[in-house]
Amino acid sequence: MESLPDAVIGHMREVVTEPDFSGSPYRLIGEIGRGGMGVVYLGLDTRLGRRLALKVLRIIDADGQAAERMAEEARILASLEHPGIVPIHDLGTLPDGRIFYAMKFVEGTRLDRYAHGDPLLADRLRVFLRICETVSFAHSQGVIHRDLKPANIMVGQFGEVLVLDWGVAKVTGKAHEPSLTAGTPGYMAPEQVAGATDQLDARSDVYSLGKTLEALLVTYTGQIPKRLQAIWKKASSADRGARYATVLDLAREIERFQIGDRVLAYRETIGERVGRLATRNRTLVLLVAAYLAMRIVLFFLTKP
Amino acid sequence: MDADTGIGGPQNRFPETRRSAIIDLRSPDTRSREYALETLIAAYWKPVYKYIRVRWNQSNENAKDLTQTFFARALEKEFFHGYDPAKARFRTYLRVCLDGFLANENKAASRIKRGGDADVVSLHFDDAEEEFRLREIASTEATPEEYFHREWVRNLFTLATEDVKRECKERDQRIQYDVFERYDLNDSAGRPSYNALAAELGITAAAVTNYLAAMRRRFRDRILTRIRETTGSEQEFRDEVRAALGVEV
Repeated sequence: MESLPDAVIGHMREVVTEPDFSGSPYRLIGEIGRGGMGVVYLGLDTRLGRRLALKVLRIIDADGQAAERMAEEARILASLEHPGIVPIHDLGTLPDGRIFYAMKFVEGTRLDRYAHGDPLLADRLRVFLRICETVSFAHSQGVIHRDLKPANIMVGQFGEVLVLDWGVAKVTGKAHEPSLTAGTPGYMAPEQVAGATDQLDARSDVYSLGKTLEALLVTYTGQIPKRLQAIWKKASSADRGARYATVLDLAREIERFQIGDRVLAYRETIGERVGRLATRNRTLVLLVAAYLAMRIVLFFLTKP
Repeated sequence: MDADTGIGGPQNRFPETRRSAIIDLRSPDTRSREYALETLIAAYWKPVYKYIRVRWNQSNENAKDLTQTFFARALEKEFFHGYDPAKARFRTYLRVCLDGFLANENKAASRIKRGGDADVVSLHFDDAEEEFRLREIASTEATPEEYFHREWVRNLFTLATEDVKRECKERDQRIQYDVFERYDLNDSAGRPSYNALAAELGITAAAVTNYLAAMRRRFRDRILTRIRETTGSEQEFRDEVRAALGVEV
């Protein structure tokens, strides 16, 4: 057989890698991104005229492990109905045997890019609390994310915050534990790095959230309060016993910071405490100061 | 398959499990070693020949001679045994070996004593030469590495197509292959529509869609299998799939 010409090679490259959705209600529009197991495409549901995201398994899956993980991810997503988690619409198989699922197409900015857009400190913390709420909800349903990081979090156009990529999530109490490498260096808890799957629990996500908080705040151009730094350090402590026990505890700590309460992670000096209380009770302090000033003035005016 | 190359083994004689030829090169089993070498030669003789023609500016006859000698020498001197998957891709290693070999041949400037085993590999140069002339490889803009890569991809895709054709013949799937050939392997300006193809072959348009999907899946599997055979590690395998298909896997 004569060697194939360039035009045929180019065509074959396209057709063997691009998923074939003919015969389904979906039409491909373009590629959005590539993850560990699959490629995400922007698609169109031709029945509803609605755009959606289609996640398709990557080509190589010799032992079927990635297909199993993707199906598991789809089931996890379907079980987690929450405003912070992308809803899934469909799960199916392409003519070439690859598994895919369809989910809501979310437009927004990845958290790492959002953090570089110079938002206010209060806005950053608001976003972080939304992340904590979502992860805490997943934990309440027995799901540990295991790959929390800014690149897996989306801040939507209308302030919504979505936690994405549940591809390596673990359902607690499930006997079968796939041996896929889970997590991202820099955000993975030490017990994850060590591969100690029996030690993985909510605190592993707390660690990743601590690192995420740090990444979200270090780009802040103003001064970052020491109390806030102490929170992310405690959350991402190497000793998992020293971290916040739950994501809810971490969220409450952030809320304490927001309202000017003492945070558990930071032992403040007397001066810092006075300063914090003064800031927190600014109106009262001003009223007392004004009252004292008035008394002093009156004292001198009424002096014989 | 028409025009069996005489290398790569009779093309229906694959072992049950097609594993890495790179690993099998060191196998204590003679048959495994021979098969491994045949596999590597099938994957690389055309790119090597064209590379010698274009990049070393050799005449047709010289390039044929040098290609055969290179593989015969590789067999004799066990060139490929020195390959370490941890250090480089096999493809890169082979090209470096080839450059070294050609540099030595140039120096010797003699073609008198070219390995006694040169006849071990009989290659169908007529096809390659014809292709060479047809394309006239005006690839002066490509680096040697790029050129070798391009020809490696071409050979890989061609071999995978031959695999698909042979399997269709064995399984009596002539119509499926016809669809594949007339649509995907169509080199002319416009591909026929699914409907036109269906009418021409007397099948439904849905059958065209299904056959194409099946053939493409088989084609992709053959590509992956052939890359698996000629790589020595999982990482190299993935790198080569990316290089061949242009996608992350």
